[in-house]
Amino acid sequence: MSQATMEIRRISGHAGSVPGAGASRDYDVCKLIDTTTCIGCKACEVACLEWNGYGFTQTSFDNSYQTMPETAWNYWNLIKFNEYEHPLHGLMLLMRKDQCMHCEDPGCLEACPADHAIVQYANGIVDFQEDYCIGCGYCMTGCPFNIPKFSTEARKVFKCTLCSDRVSQGLEPACIKSCPTGCLHFGSKADMKDLAERRSKQLRDVSGFGNAGVYDPAGVGGTHVIYVLHDATNPEIYGGLPKNPTIPWSVKLWKHPLKWLGNLAMVGGLVGLAVHYLRFGPKVVPDAKAIPPQEGPRP
Amino acid sequence: MRDQSQVLPNGRMLRYSYRERLVHWTASITYVYLMLTGLAFWSPWLYWLAFVLGGATISRELHPWIGLIFTVAVVMMYFMWAFEMHSTENDREWMRGVKHYIQNEDEKTPPQDRFNAGQKSLFWGFVICGILLLLSGLILWFPNYLPWSLRYLRYIAVLVHPAAALITIGLFMIHLYMGLAIEEGALHSMVGGDVSQTWAKEFHRLWYEKIVRQPAPRSEVRK
Repeated sequence: MSQATMEIRRISGHAGSVPGAGASRDYDVCKLIDTTTCIGCKACEVACLEWNGYGFTQTSFDNSYQTMPETAWNYWNLIKFNEYEHPLHGLMLLMRKDQCMHCEDPGCLEACPADHAIVQYANGIVDFQEDYCIGCGYCMTGCPFNIPKFSTEARKVFKCTLCSDRVSQGLEPACIKSCPTGCLHFGSKADMKDLAERRSKQLRDVSGFGNAGVYDPAGVGGTHVIYVLHDATNPEIYGGLPKNPTIPWSVKLWKHPLKWLGNLAMVGGLVGLAVHYLRFGPKVVPDAKAIPPQEGPRP
Repeated sequence: MRDQSQVLPNGRMLRYSYRERLVHWTASITYVYLMLTGLAFWSPWLYWLAFVLGGATISRELHPWIGLIFTVAVVMMYFMWAFEMHSTENDREWMRGVKHYIQNEDEKTPPQDRFNAGQKSLFWGFVICGILLLLSGLILWFPNYLPWSLRYLRYIAVLVHPAAALITIGLFMIHLYMGLAIEEGALHSMVGGDVSQTWAKEFHRLWYEKIVRQPAPRSEVRK
Protein backbone atom coordinates (compact mmCIF):
# COMPACT_ATOMS: atom_id res chain seq x y z
CA MET A 1 0.00 0.00 0.00
CA SER A 2 1.89 3.00 1.22
CA GLN A 3 5.22 1.37 0.46
CA ALA A 4 4.08 1.09 -3.14
CA THR A 5 3.82 4.85 -3.42
CA MET A 6 7.24 5.20 -1.77
CA GLU A 7 8.95 3.17 -4.48
CA ILE A 8 12.06 5.13 -5.55
CA ARG A 9 11.92 6.44 -9.10
CA ARG A 10 15.02 8.68 -9.39
CA ILE A 11 18.13 9.08 -7.24
CA SER A 12 20.41 12.14 -7.23
CA GLY A 13 24.13 11.69 -7.81
CA HIS A 14 23.65 8.01 -8.37
CA ALA A 15 25.75 6.07 -10.83
CA GLY A 16 23.77 3.65 -12.94
CA SER A 17 20.11 2.82 -12.85
CA VAL A 18 17.82 2.95 -9.84
CA PRO A 19 18.11 -0.37 -7.99
CA GLY A 20 14.99 -2.43 -8.46
CA ALA A 21 13.58 -0.17 -11.17
CA GLY A 22 11.32 -2.03 -13.54
CA ALA A 23 10.94 -4.96 -11.16
CA SER A 24 7.36 -6.03 -10.78
CA ARG A 25 6.04 -5.64 -7.27
CA ASP A 26 2.99 -7.25 -5.82
CA TYR A 27 1.01 -4.87 -3.73
CA ASP A 28 -1.45 -7.41 -2.42
CA VAL A 29 -0.65 -9.08 0.86
CA CYS A 30 -1.30 -12.56 2.14
CA LYS A 31 -0.90 -14.45 5.36
CA LEU A 32 0.02 -18.10 5.05
CA ILE A 33 -0.81 -20.40 7.95
CA ASP A 34 0.82 -23.79 7.78
CA THR A 35 -1.34 -25.85 10.13
CA THR A 36 1.09 -28.75 9.81
CA THR A 37 3.86 -26.90 11.67
CA CYS A 38 1.70 -25.08 14.19
CA ILE A 39 2.39 -26.24 17.76
CA GLY A 40 -0.57 -24.45 19.34
CA CYS A 41 1.57 -22.22 21.57
CA LYS A 42 -0.89 -19.30 21.26
CA ALA A 43 1.89 -16.73 20.95
CA CYS A 44 -0.11 -15.28 18.06
CA GLU A 45 -3.16 -14.92 20.33
CA VAL A 46 -1.08 -12.97 22.84
CA ALA A 47 0.63 -10.85 20.19
CA CYS A 48 -2.76 -9.97 18.69
CA LEU A 49 -4.10 -8.81 22.06
CA GLU A 50 -0.95 -6.86 22.85
CA TRP A 51 -0.71 -5.06 19.54
CA ASN A 52 -4.39 -4.23 19.38
CA GLY A 53 -4.55 -3.14 23.01
CA TYR A 54 -7.01 -5.67 24.39
CA GLY A 55 -6.61 -7.23 27.80
CA PHE A 56 -7.08 -10.89 28.52
CA THR A 57 -10.69 -11.90 28.86
CA GLN A 58 -12.50 -14.79 30.45
CA THR A 59 -11.39 -18.11 29.00
CA SER A 60 -13.38 -21.31 29.05
CA PHE A 61 -12.35 -24.92 29.48
CA ASP A 62 -14.00 -27.67 27.48
CA ASN A 63 -11.48 -30.50 27.68
CA SER A 64 -9.24 -28.99 25.05
CA TYR A 65 -6.43 -26.48 24.81
CA GLN A 66 -8.71 -24.00 23.05
CA THR A 67 -8.91 -20.63 24.80
CA MET A 68 -12.61 -20.07 24.07
CA PRO A 69 -15.25 -21.55 21.75
CA GLU A 70 -14.97 -18.87 19.06
CA THR A 71 -13.31 -15.52 18.41
CA ALA A 72 -14.74 -12.53 20.28
CA TRP A 73 -15.05 -8.82 19.52
CA ASN A 74 -11.90 -8.26 21.59
CA TYR A 75 -10.23 -11.59 20.78
CA TRP A 76 -9.63 -11.70 17.05
CA ASN A 77 -7.14 -14.53 16.82
CA LEU A 78 -7.95 -17.98 18.20
CA ILE A 79 -6.27 -21.32 17.66
CA LYS A 80 -8.88 -24.03 17.23
CA PHE A 81 -7.85 -27.42 18.60
CA ASN A 82 -9.51 -30.53 17.21
CA GLU A 83 -8.74 -34.19 17.70
CA TYR A 84 -8.89 -36.21 14.51
CA GLU A 85 -8.40 -39.91 13.83
CA HIS A 86 -6.34 -40.03 10.65
CA PRO A 87 -6.59 -43.35 8.75
CA LEU A 88 -2.83 -43.54 8.24
CA HIS A 89 -1.27 -41.41 10.95
CA GLY A 90 -3.60 -42.26 13.82
CA LEU A 91 -4.75 -39.68 16.36
CA MET A 92 -3.85 -36.13 15.40
CA LEU A 93 -4.31 -32.88 17.27
CA LEU A 94 -5.23 -30.38 14.59
CA MET A 95 -4.44 -26.78 15.35
CA ARG A 96 -5.75 -24.01 13.16
CA LYS A 97 -5.34 -20.32 13.80
CA ASP A 98 -8.78 -18.82 13.20
CA GLN A 99 -9.20 -15.16 12.27
CA CYS A 100 -10.60 -13.01 9.50
CA MET A 101 -9.81 -14.53 6.11
CA HIS A 102 -9.78 -11.17 4.26
CA CYS A 103 -11.86 -12.43 1.35
CA GLU A 104 -11.31 -11.00 -2.10
CA ASP A 105 -15.12 -10.91 -2.35
CA PRO A 106 -16.07 -9.99 1.24
CA GLY A 107 -19.58 -10.87 2.40
CA CYS A 108 -19.36 -8.43 5.31
CA LEU A 109 -18.75 -5.53 2.97
CA GLU A 110 -21.51 -6.70 0.65
CA ALA A 111 -24.05 -6.77 3.48
CA CYS A 112 -23.01 -3.56 5.26
CA PRO A 113 -25.39 -0.59 4.83
CA ALA A 114 -23.19 2.01 6.55
CA ASP A 115 -21.22 4.32 4.29
CA HIS A 116 -17.49 3.73 4.78
CA ALA A 117 -17.85 1.29 7.71
CA ILE A 118 -16.01 -1.47 5.83
CA VAL A 119 -13.27 -0.86 3.29
CA GLN A 120 -11.15 -3.16 1.18
CA TYR A 121 -7.68 -1.84 0.47
CA ALA A 122 -5.90 -2.44 -2.82
CA ASN A 123 -3.60 -4.81 -0.95
CA GLY A 124 -6.59 -7.04 -0.15
CA ILE A 125 -7.05 -6.21 3.53
CA VAL A 126 -10.72 -5.88 4.53
CA ASP A 127 -10.87 -3.38 7.35
CA PHE A 128 -13.69 -2.20 9.61
CA GLN A 129 -13.80 1.54 10.24
CA GLU A 130 -15.48 1.58 13.63
CA ASP A 131 -16.12 5.34 13.51
CA TYR A 132 -18.64 4.71 10.77
CA CYS A 133 -20.05 1.42 12.09
CA ILE A 134 -23.70 1.69 13.17
CA GLY A 135 -23.78 -1.70 14.87
CA CYS A 136 -26.50 -3.29 12.73
CA GLY A 137 -24.62 -6.59 12.56
CA TYR A 138 -25.43 -7.26 8.90
CA CYS A 139 -21.72 -8.04 8.36
CA MET A 140 -22.22 -10.98 10.72
CA THR A 141 -24.88 -12.29 8.35
CA GLY A 142 -22.74 -11.71 5.26
CA CYS A 143 -19.62 -13.44 6.61
CA PRO A 144 -19.33 -17.19 5.84
CA PHE A 145 -16.59 -17.65 8.47
CA ASN A 146 -18.35 -16.35 11.63
CA ILE A 147 -15.72 -13.66 12.16
CA PRO A 148 -17.30 -10.22 12.84
CA LYS A 149 -18.34 -9.99 16.48
CA PHE A 150 -20.64 -7.47 18.12
CA SER A 151 -19.58 -5.64 21.26
CA THR A 152 -22.51 -4.92 23.55
CA GLU A 153 -20.46 -2.17 25.23
CA ALA A 154 -19.32 -0.35 22.10
CA ARG A 155 -22.46 -1.37 20.15
CA LYS A 156 -20.24 -1.83 17.12
CA VAL A 157 -18.69 -4.81 15.35
CA PHE A 158 -15.00 -5.70 15.45
CA LYS A 159 -12.65 -8.15 13.75
CA CYS A 160 -9.04 -8.80 12.75
CA THR A 161 -7.54 -5.97 10.69
CA LEU A 162 -4.63 -8.07 9.37
CA CYS A 163 -2.72 -5.36 11.29
CA SER A 164 -3.45 -2.84 8.55
CA ASP A 165 -1.79 -0.23 10.78
CA ARG A 166 1.45 -2.26 10.87
CA VAL A 167 1.28 -3.31 7.22
CA SER A 168 0.88 0.31 6.12
CA GLN A 169 4.22 0.99 7.84
CA GLY A 170 5.95 -1.89 6.16
CA LEU A 171 5.72 -4.25 9.13
CA GLU A 172 4.29 -7.74 9.16
CA PRO A 173 1.17 -8.44 11.27
CA ALA A 174 1.75 -8.97 14.99
CA CYS A 175 0.79 -12.66 14.88
CA ILE A 176 3.40 -13.33 12.18
CA LYS A 177 6.10 -11.62 14.23
CA SER A 178 5.38 -13.74 17.28
CA CYS A 179 5.28 -17.20 15.68
CA PRO A 180 8.15 -19.33 17.01
CA THR A 181 7.89 -22.20 14.53
CA GLY A 182 7.64 -20.21 11.34
CA CYS A 183 4.27 -21.72 10.53
CA LEU A 184 3.05 -18.17 9.82
CA HIS A 185 4.30 -16.38 6.75
CA PHE A 186 3.48 -13.00 5.28
CA GLY A 187 4.12 -11.68 1.81
CA SER A 188 2.46 -11.20 -1.55
CA LYS A 189 -0.39 -13.50 -2.52
CA ALA A 190 1.63 -15.02 -5.38
CA ASP A 191 4.62 -15.74 -3.15
CA MET A 192 2.51 -17.21 -0.35
CA LYS A 193 0.54 -19.31 -2.79
CA ASP A 194 3.77 -20.63 -4.27
CA LEU A 195 5.22 -21.41 -0.85
CA ALA A 196 2.00 -23.09 0.22
CA GLU A 197 1.88 -25.24 -2.91
CA ARG A 198 5.46 -26.34 -2.45
CA ARG A 199 4.84 -27.22 1.19
CA SER A 200 1.71 -29.15 0.21
CA LYS A 201 3.63 -31.08 -2.40
CA GLN A 202 6.24 -31.95 0.22
CA LEU A 203 3.49 -33.17 2.56
CA ARG A 204 1.98 -35.28 -0.22
CA ASP A 205 5.23 -36.71 -1.56
CA VAL A 206 7.35 -37.06 1.56
CA SER A 207 5.18 -37.02 4.65
CA GLY A 208 2.40 -39.35 3.57
CA PHE A 209 -0.42 -36.81 3.61
CA GLY A 210 -1.88 -37.64 0.21
CA ASN A 211 -4.66 -35.10 0.53
CA ALA A 212 -2.50 -32.21 1.70
CA GLY A 213 -3.27 -28.96 -0.07
CA VAL A 214 -3.86 -25.24 0.06
CA TYR A 215 -7.06 -23.66 1.36
CA ASP A 216 -7.76 -20.58 -0.75
CA PRO A 217 -11.53 -20.88 -1.32
CA ALA A 218 -12.72 -19.75 -4.74
CA GLY A 219 -16.31 -19.20 -3.56
CA VAL A 220 -15.29 -15.88 -2.00
CA GLY A 221 -12.86 -15.03 -4.79
CA GLY A 222 -9.90 -16.40 -2.87
CA THR A 223 -8.69 -15.11 0.47
CA HIS A 224 -5.76 -13.07 1.72
CA VAL A 225 -5.28 -15.57 4.52
CA ILE A 226 -4.52 -19.06 3.22
CA TYR A 227 -3.90 -22.36 4.95
CA VAL A 228 -1.81 -25.42 4.29
CA LEU A 229 -3.91 -28.35 5.51
CA HIS A 230 -2.94 -32.00 5.97
CA ASP A 231 -6.26 -32.86 4.38
CA ALA A 232 -7.50 -30.10 2.11
CA THR A 233 -10.42 -32.26 0.98
CA ASN A 234 -11.94 -32.11 4.46
CA PRO A 235 -11.41 -28.64 5.94
CA GLU A 236 -14.39 -29.07 8.31
CA ILE A 237 -12.27 -31.18 10.66
CA TYR A 238 -10.22 -28.06 11.44
CA GLY A 239 -12.83 -26.57 13.77
CA GLY A 240 -15.52 -26.13 11.14
CA LEU A 241 -13.58 -24.44 8.34
CA PRO A 242 -16.23 -24.35 5.57
CA LYS A 243 -15.51 -26.45 2.52
CA ASN A 244 -17.03 -24.10 -0.05
CA PRO A 245 -17.59 -20.76 1.66
CA THR A 246 -19.67 -18.25 -0.29
CA ILE A 247 -21.59 -15.12 0.52
CA PRO A 248 -25.00 -16.46 1.68
CA TRP A 249 -27.42 -16.72 -1.25
CA SER A 250 -30.03 -14.71 0.62
CA VAL A 251 -27.60 -11.81 1.08
CA LYS A 252 -26.88 -11.84 -2.66
CA LEU A 253 -30.59 -12.03 -3.45
CA TRP A 254 -31.31 -9.18 -1.04
CA LYS A 255 -28.53 -6.90 -2.25
CA HIS A 256 -29.04 -7.40 -5.97
CA PRO A 257 -32.35 -8.59 -7.51
CA LEU A 258 -34.56 -7.60 -4.57
CA LYS A 259 -32.94 -4.18 -4.30
CA TRP A 260 -33.34 -3.38 -7.97
CA LEU A 261 -36.87 -4.77 -8.15
CA GLY A 262 -37.80 -2.83 -5.04
CA ASN A 263 -36.31 0.43 -6.29
CA LEU A 264 -38.02 -0.02 -9.64
CA ALA A 265 -41.34 -0.74 -7.93
CA MET A 266 -41.08 2.28 -5.63
CA VAL A 267 -40.14 4.70 -8.40
CA GLY A 268 -42.74 3.11 -10.69
CA GLY A 269 -45.36 3.50 -7.98
CA LEU A 270 -44.61 7.19 -7.54
CA VAL A 271 -44.71 7.79 -11.28
CA GLY A 272 -47.95 5.79 -11.53
CA LEU A 273 -49.63 7.85 -8.82
CA ALA A 274 -48.51 11.11 -10.44
CA VAL A 275 -49.85 9.97 -13.82
CA HIS A 276 -53.11 8.88 -12.19
CA TYR A 277 -53.52 12.28 -10.58
CA LEU A 278 -52.96 14.06 -13.89
CA ARG A 279 -55.34 11.73 -15.74
CA PHE A 280 -58.17 11.32 -13.22
CA GLY A 281 -57.62 13.76 -10.34
CA PRO A 282 -59.53 13.81 -7.07
CA LYS A 283 -62.93 12.33 -6.29
CA VAL A 284 -64.87 15.52 -5.66
CA VAL A 285 -67.58 15.60 -3.00
CA PRO A 286 -69.61 18.86 -2.93
CA ASP A 287 -69.73 19.43 0.81
CA ALA A 288 -66.58 17.58 1.86
CA LYS A 289 -64.76 20.74 2.79
CA ALA A 290 -67.56 22.85 4.25
CA ILE A 291 -67.52 21.65 7.83
CA PRO A 292 -70.19 23.24 10.03
CA PRO A 293 -68.94 24.32 13.45
CA GLN A 294 -69.62 22.07 16.38
CA GLU A 295 -69.60 22.68 20.09
CA GLY A 296 -67.17 21.21 22.57
CA PRO A 297 -64.38 18.79 21.87
CA ARG A 298 -64.18 16.79 18.66
CA PRO A 299 -66.41 13.72 18.61
CA MET B 1 -64.83 -2.98 20.26
CA ARG B 2 -68.04 -1.83 18.64
CA ASP B 3 -68.18 0.76 15.94
CA GLN B 4 -69.23 4.16 17.33
CA SER B 5 -70.39 5.44 13.94
CA GLN B 6 -73.39 7.76 14.24
CA VAL B 7 -75.00 10.92 12.93
CA LEU B 8 -73.72 13.91 14.91
CA PRO B 9 -75.96 16.79 16.09
CA ASN B 10 -74.54 19.08 13.38
CA GLY B 11 -75.69 16.67 10.67
CA ARG B 12 -72.30 15.20 9.90
CA MET B 13 -71.44 11.59 10.56
CA LEU B 14 -68.89 10.27 13.03
CA ARG B 15 -66.68 7.90 11.06
CA TYR B 16 -63.62 7.40 13.25
CA SER B 17 -63.78 7.58 17.03
CA TYR B 18 -61.14 9.40 19.03
CA ARG B 19 -59.55 6.10 19.95
CA GLU B 20 -59.41 4.96 16.33
CA ARG B 21 -57.80 8.22 15.26
CA LEU B 22 -55.26 8.11 18.07
CA VAL B 23 -54.21 4.58 17.18
CA HIS B 24 -54.14 5.43 13.48
CA TRP B 25 -51.80 8.40 13.97
CA THR B 26 -49.58 6.48 16.35
CA ALA B 27 -49.22 3.85 13.67
CA SER B 28 -48.69 6.37 10.90
CA ILE B 29 -46.05 8.48 12.64
CA THR B 30 -44.09 5.44 13.79
CA TYR B 31 -44.49 3.88 10.33
CA VAL B 32 -43.08 6.93 8.57
CA TYR B 33 -40.07 6.91 10.90
CA LEU B 34 -39.57 3.20 10.32
CA MET B 35 -39.91 3.58 6.57
CA LEU B 36 -37.44 6.47 6.33
CA THR B 37 -34.80 4.87 8.57
CA GLY B 38 -35.39 1.55 6.84
CA LEU B 39 -34.88 3.15 3.44
CA ALA B 40 -31.65 4.69 4.72
CA PHE B 41 -30.33 1.19 5.42
CA TRP B 42 -31.86 -0.16 2.22
CA SER B 43 -29.88 1.87 -0.26
CA PRO B 44 -26.64 3.87 -0.07
CA TRP B 45 -28.39 6.51 -2.16
CA LEU B 46 -30.87 7.06 0.67
CA TYR B 47 -28.39 6.81 3.56
CA TRP B 48 -28.65 10.59 4.01
CA LEU B 49 -32.16 10.05 5.40
CA ALA B 50 -30.53 8.61 8.52
CA PHE B 51 -28.47 11.76 8.97
CA VAL B 52 -31.57 13.92 8.64
CA LEU B 53 -33.19 11.78 11.35
CA GLY B 54 -30.38 12.27 13.85
CA GLY B 55 -27.59 10.03 12.59
CA ALA B 56 -27.24 6.48 11.38
CA THR B 57 -26.28 5.02 14.76
CA ILE B 58 -29.30 6.60 16.47
CA SER B 59 -31.50 5.40 13.61
CA ARG B 60 -30.21 1.86 14.06
CA GLU B 61 -30.79 2.02 17.82
CA LEU B 62 -34.27 3.54 17.65
CA HIS B 63 -35.67 1.70 14.62
CA PRO B 64 -36.43 -1.50 16.61
CA TRP B 65 -37.94 0.36 19.56
CA ILE B 66 -40.16 2.47 17.31
CA GLY B 67 -41.00 -0.80 15.59
CA LEU B 68 -42.35 -2.12 18.89
CA ILE B 69 -44.62 0.93 19.25
CA PHE B 70 -45.79 0.40 15.69
CA THR B 71 -46.48 -3.24 16.54
CA VAL B 72 -48.64 -2.21 19.49
CA ALA B 73 -50.58 0.18 17.24
CA VAL B 74 -51.11 -2.53 14.61
CA VAL B 75 -52.28 -4.99 17.26
CA MET B 76 -54.77 -2.39 18.52
CA MET B 77 -55.94 -1.76 14.97
CA TYR B 78 -56.41 -5.48 14.58
CA PHE B 79 -58.68 -5.68 17.60
CA MET B 80 -60.53 -2.48 16.63
CA TRP B 81 -61.16 -3.31 13.01
CA ALA B 82 -60.60 -6.98 12.19
CA PHE B 83 -64.30 -7.85 12.65
CA GLU B 84 -65.23 -5.31 9.96
CA MET B 85 -62.48 -6.33 7.59
CA HIS B 86 -63.66 -9.76 6.48
CA SER B 87 -63.97 -10.09 2.75
CA THR B 88 -67.51 -10.41 1.42
CA GLU B 89 -69.00 -11.26 -1.97
CA ASN B 90 -69.65 -7.55 -2.32
CA ASP B 91 -65.92 -6.90 -1.89
CA ARG B 92 -65.02 -9.42 -4.55
CA GLU B 93 -67.40 -7.73 -6.94
CA TRP B 94 -65.86 -4.34 -6.08
CA MET B 95 -62.40 -5.75 -6.74
CA ARG B 96 -63.49 -7.13 -10.11
CA GLY B 97 -64.65 -3.65 -11.08
CA VAL B 98 -61.79 -1.82 -9.39
CA LYS B 99 -60.94 -0.04 -12.61
CA HIS B 100 -64.15 2.00 -12.25
CA TYR B 101 -62.98 3.09 -8.82
CA ILE B 102 -59.54 3.98 -10.19
CA GLN B 103 -61.12 5.96 -13.01
CA ASN B 104 -63.38 7.88 -10.61
CA GLU B 105 -66.53 6.17 -11.91
CA ASP B 106 -67.68 5.38 -8.41
CA GLU B 107 -71.32 5.14 -9.48
CA LYS B 108 -70.43 1.91 -11.33
CA THR B 109 -68.94 0.26 -8.25
CA PRO B 110 -71.09 -1.79 -5.87
CA PRO B 111 -72.04 0.08 -2.67
CA GLN B 112 -69.57 -0.46 0.15
CA ASP B 113 -69.83 -0.88 3.88
CA ARG B 114 -67.71 1.11 6.36
CA PHE B 115 -64.54 -0.09 4.66
CA ASN B 116 -64.26 -0.81 0.97
CA ALA B 117 -62.36 -3.76 -0.43
CA GLY B 118 -59.28 -1.61 -1.05
CA GLN B 119 -59.17 -0.51 2.57
CA LYS B 120 -59.60 -4.10 3.68
CA SER B 121 -56.68 -5.13 1.50
CA LEU B 122 -54.60 -2.38 3.06
CA PHE B 123 -55.55 -3.58 6.53
CA TRP B 124 -54.70 -7.22 5.92
CA GLY B 125 -51.55 -6.28 4.04
CA PHE B 126 -50.33 -4.32 7.04
CA VAL B 127 -51.35 -7.00 9.54
CA ILE B 128 -49.60 -9.81 7.65
CA CYS B 129 -46.53 -7.76 6.73
CA GLY B 130 -46.47 -6.41 10.28
CA ILE B 131 -46.18 -9.93 11.66
CA LEU B 132 -43.41 -10.76 9.18
CA LEU B 133 -41.59 -7.52 9.95
CA LEU B 134 -41.85 -8.12 13.68
CA LEU B 135 -40.51 -11.66 13.53
CA SER B 136 -37.68 -10.90 11.11
CA GLY B 137 -36.97 -7.65 12.92
CA LEU B 138 -36.49 -9.40 16.25
CA ILE B 139 -33.91 -11.66 14.62
CA LEU B 140 -32.09 -8.71 13.07
CA TRP B 141 -32.23 -6.71 16.29
CA PHE B 142 -29.96 -9.03 18.26
CA PRO B 143 -27.31 -10.36 15.87
CA ASN B 144 -25.00 -11.19 18.78
CA TYR B 145 -27.45 -13.42 20.62
CA LEU B 146 -28.20 -15.71 17.70
CA PRO B 147 -25.67 -18.57 17.64
CA TRP B 148 -23.80 -19.48 14.48
CA SER B 149 -25.77 -22.73 14.22
CA LEU B 150 -28.98 -20.69 13.78
CA ARG B 151 -27.55 -18.36 11.13
CA TYR B 152 -30.15 -19.57 8.62
CA LEU B 153 -32.72 -17.56 10.57
CA ARG B 154 -30.69 -14.44 9.80
CA TYR B 155 -30.40 -15.44 6.16
CA ILE B 156 -34.19 -15.63 5.99
CA ALA B 157 -34.69 -12.44 8.00
CA VAL B 158 -32.53 -10.26 5.74
CA LEU B 159 -34.81 -11.22 2.85
CA VAL B 160 -38.17 -11.22 4.62
CA HIS B 161 -37.70 -7.87 6.36
CA PRO B 162 -37.07 -5.76 3.24
CA ALA B 163 -39.54 -7.74 1.11
CA ALA B 164 -42.37 -7.24 3.61
CA ALA B 165 -41.34 -3.60 4.06
CA LEU B 166 -41.53 -3.03 0.30
CA ILE B 167 -45.08 -4.39 0.22
CA THR B 168 -46.07 -2.03 3.03
CA ILE B 169 -44.41 0.89 1.21
CA GLY B 170 -46.55 0.13 -1.84
CA LEU B 171 -49.68 -0.02 0.31
CA PHE B 172 -48.62 3.12 2.19
CA MET B 173 -48.06 5.11 -0.99
CA ILE B 174 -51.53 4.28 -2.28
CA HIS B 175 -53.08 4.92 1.14
CA LEU B 176 -51.37 8.29 1.51
CA TYR B 177 -52.28 9.29 -2.02
CA MET B 178 -55.93 8.33 -1.54
CA GLY B 179 -56.18 10.14 1.76
CA LEU B 180 -54.34 13.31 0.84
CA ALA B 181 -54.96 13.80 -2.85
CA ILE B 182 -57.90 11.77 -4.10
CA GLU B 183 -60.77 11.49 -1.65
CA GLU B 184 -61.74 14.95 -0.52
CA GLY B 185 -62.78 14.75 3.12
CA ALA B 186 -60.89 11.55 3.81
CA LEU B 187 -58.05 13.31 5.62
CA HIS B 188 -60.55 15.27 7.73
CA SER B 189 -62.33 12.04 8.66
CA MET B 190 -59.11 10.83 10.26
CA VAL B 191 -58.35 14.18 11.92
CA GLY B 192 -61.75 15.46 13.08
CA GLY B 193 -63.42 12.08 12.85
CA ASP B 194 -66.45 13.25 10.87
CA VAL B 195 -67.59 13.16 7.24
CA SER B 196 -70.54 14.75 5.45
CA GLN B 197 -73.57 12.65 4.66
CA THR B 198 -72.95 13.18 0.93
CA TRP B 199 -69.45 11.79 1.37
CA ALA B 200 -70.77 8.77 3.22
CA LYS B 201 -73.43 8.15 0.57
CA GLU B 202 -70.86 8.51 -2.19
CA PHE B 203 -68.17 6.18 -0.89
CA HIS B 204 -69.73 3.96 1.78
CA ARG B 205 -73.43 3.72 1.00
CA LEU B 206 -74.08 0.53 2.98
CA TRP B 207 -72.44 2.04 6.06
CA TYR B 208 -74.40 5.28 5.55
CA GLU B 209 -77.71 3.45 5.32
CA LYS B 210 -76.94 1.41 8.40
CA ILE B 211 -76.12 4.50 10.44
CA VAL B 212 -79.02 6.74 9.38
CA ARG B 213 -81.40 3.85 10.06
CA GLN B 214 -80.23 3.91 13.68
CA PRO B 215 -82.95 5.40 15.89
CA ALA B 216 -81.06 8.24 17.57
CA PRO B 217 -77.50 9.42 18.09
CA ARG B 218 -76.01 7.46 20.96
CA SER B 219 -74.64 10.58 22.54
CA GLU B 220 -73.68 8.74 25.71
CA VAL B 221 -70.93 6.83 23.91
CA ARG B 222 -69.34 9.99 22.61
CA LYS B 223 -66.04 10.63 24.20
